[in-house]
Amino acid sequence: MIGVTEFIDTVVRNQAFILRSTGRHLLICAAALLAGTAVAVPAGVLLSYHKKAAGAVLTVFSVINTVPSMVLLGAAMILFGLGVAPSVAVLFLYSLLPILRSTYTGITGIDPRYIKAASGMGMNRRQILLGVKLPLAAPSVISGVRLSAVYVISWATLAAFIGGGGLGDVIWIGLQSYNFHLVFCGAIPATVLALLVSWALNRVVRAVQKHVDGGVTS
Amino acid sequence: MNWTGMLSAAAVHLEITFAGVLIGTAIGLPLAALLIRFPRLGRGVFLVIDAIQTVPTLAMLTFVMLAFGLNEVTVVVSIVLYTLFPITRNAYVGLTSADAGIIRAGRGLGMTPLQIFTGIRLPLAVPMILTGIRLAVVAALAIATTGVFIGAGGLGMLIWRGIQTRNTTMMLSGAVPVSLLAVFFEFSIGLLEKKLRRI
Repeated sequence: MIGVTEFIDTVVRNQAFILRSTGRHLLICAAALLAGTAVAVPAGVLLSYHKKAAGAVLTVFSVINTVPSMVLLGAAMILFGLGVAPSVAVLFLYSLLPILRSTYTGITGIDPRYIKAASGMGMNRRQILLGVKLPLAAPSVISGVRLSAVYVISWATLAAFIGGGGLGDVIWIGLQSYNFHLVFCGAIPATVLALLVSWALNRVVRAVQKHVDGGVTS
Repeated sequence: MNWTGMLSAAAVHLEITFAGVLIGTAIGLPLAALLIRFPRLGRGVFLVIDAIQTVPTLAMLTFVMLAFGLNEVTVVVSIVLYTLFPITRNAYVGLTSADAGIIRAGRGLGMTPLQIFTGIRLPLAVPMILTGIRLAVVAALAIATTGVFIGAGGLGMLIWRGIQTRNTTMMLSGAVPVSLLAVFFEFSIGLLEKKLRRI
């Protein structure tokens, strides 16, 4: 069914389309993830001051993330029509929970001794947040971003079905025309992208963790 | 509104989901037990199943399709691959969570390694194992929905047909049941975990 030479041939013939789709895929994912981080990190910080509300908010978002992505994509299509905007909106919505949860647990999991020491030194709430809490919670926050990034890259391939474009387009056109070489022209870059981003962000988490551990023990 | 169509789609959907999760559990649990016996393998095995987990769903379906063709089997195999991570990881954490003191006490009482496993480690790990199965079921329901793109049946088919024909009713006749199923399993298995944890 699949031949190496035919595959290379397909790649060469469709290189402009593949490159364009990869760029589009990256753009959609980056937009959703950046917006998700910009909203979820401050929201997670806010929740850490309101622990009672946090349980309810996290439950609501975990229900949203329980719903299969196809469902939300379909709903977005009905509400906003076809196109890039509804795709990014759905991906954004899905990216919130992992970042929200990791920010919240990152901050609430900090040893209270550090916070007591900081307030004993006369730091105010803002200084404690920026100088103590956020740096200590950073590895947890970034690992939430990593989780979201992997989800978003995966779901962005489905966003092609409501007109989002990206590598899902390549896969889908291949599937529809039974051109399996073309299918892999979309599937392989999507997989490589997910693995690469996951690996890179994992490295960042480790580097930041090392920095935090070093700063605390010394 | 086609009720019989919806019910039969839901039946196919559940069949695919649970075939995948059952096989995934049947592989994942013994794998976790094996990793406790051979801890050195752990790093490598978790690296591999973590990488598998990272592969985008649609890409995974097309890779598996190469071997199994355009049908339900491909979806079941993909679910098995994806469920390995939550099931093995949670079972492993659960099985290693037993306090070292309890294990020593068991050994002191003359328990064999097998007895320690079945009498101490396994019962203490049950809530964590359930956590893994809950995550696997919810993920599997979503993967089964995506299965429509490689020719499998299930509730995803109704959603996709609804999207293609801009038929909101048909879209919802797939979307509502699959969402309800996901939320139902999330909460019911979660409740069971909480009950067992209290014991």
